[in-house]
Amino acid sequence: MTFLFYIFAALALVGGIGVVVNKNPVTSAFSMIVSFLGLAALFIQLDAYLVGVLQILVYAGAIMVLFLFIIMLLDVQEEEKRRFPLIAALGAAGVAGGITILIVTVLKRSHIGDATIPKLATAEGPGNSDVHRIGELLFSQYWFPVLMVAVLLLVATVGAVVLSKKQLR
Amino acid sequence: MESALTLNHFLFVSGVLFAVGLAGVLIRRNLIVIFMCLELMLAAANLTLVAFSRFNVQEGQPAYDGHVLLFFIITVAAAEVAVGLAIIVALFRSRETTDVTKINSMKF
Repeated sequence: MTFLFYIFAALALVGGIGVVVNKNPVTSAFSMIVSFLGLAALFIQLDAYLVGVLQILVYAGAIMVLFLFIIMLLDVQEEEKRRFPLIAALGAAGVAGGITILIVTVLKRSHIGDATIPKLATAEGPGNSDVHRIGELLFSQYWFPVLMVAVLLLVATVGAVVLSKKQLR
Repeated sequence: MESALTLNHFLFVSGVLFAVGLAGVLIRRNLIVIFMCLELMLAAANLTLVAFSRFNVQEGQPAYDGHVLLFFIITVAAAEVAVGLAIIVALFRSRETTDVTKINSMKF
């Protein structure tokens, strides 16, 4: 299974770099979808089936379609020739490289990350899928956050409608 | 044991993806692409959550609290995109641009 991990990790990273490097916003959006598909595959490799499916449905499906819709609605042009100001590019490369070095150092020093994937109990049947377990948690222990998320979605919907009115008052 | 995948593998991928997203936020000038890079950073953080929950097995089950948190993060991200894109559209209506270097005054 290790080579699958490398394939999908490469997919996610190449997609991510594509978002940053591509001049055309539409190409960026499609790279983003590739990146999300790779991430979803990594989730599924970690036995998080519900989350992997949600990642594809919500992120690669709904959110990216929204982005593409807005890009095409606004008819966004490609950025001009001088794409990245030199200082910004250097600063960004420094910050990104710094974070990467930081992560590598931390991972090398701590021993938490050396754990290999532990075995799961292989009980089959209803009540043992991750969908079932997450649903149980959501509607028992986490009922209040679920309520609040519902309110948040309502507020976001109303906010989006108000913001896209012709006259902002 | 053929599979030698460790937690480090996943944390590293997640961290690098986060760094790539951050670099994108810093160097891109198109508001929509910056917003997409923000989403990329959120998704990278999600990978960390799932990895930690999978490696924290108790009684043969991964810690599902991480997945629940991720569920909330995805919902909040969807709401955030809806409102954010509405703001970008409103901004585009008044300024006719999505270039952040041209949007540099509070009052228009």
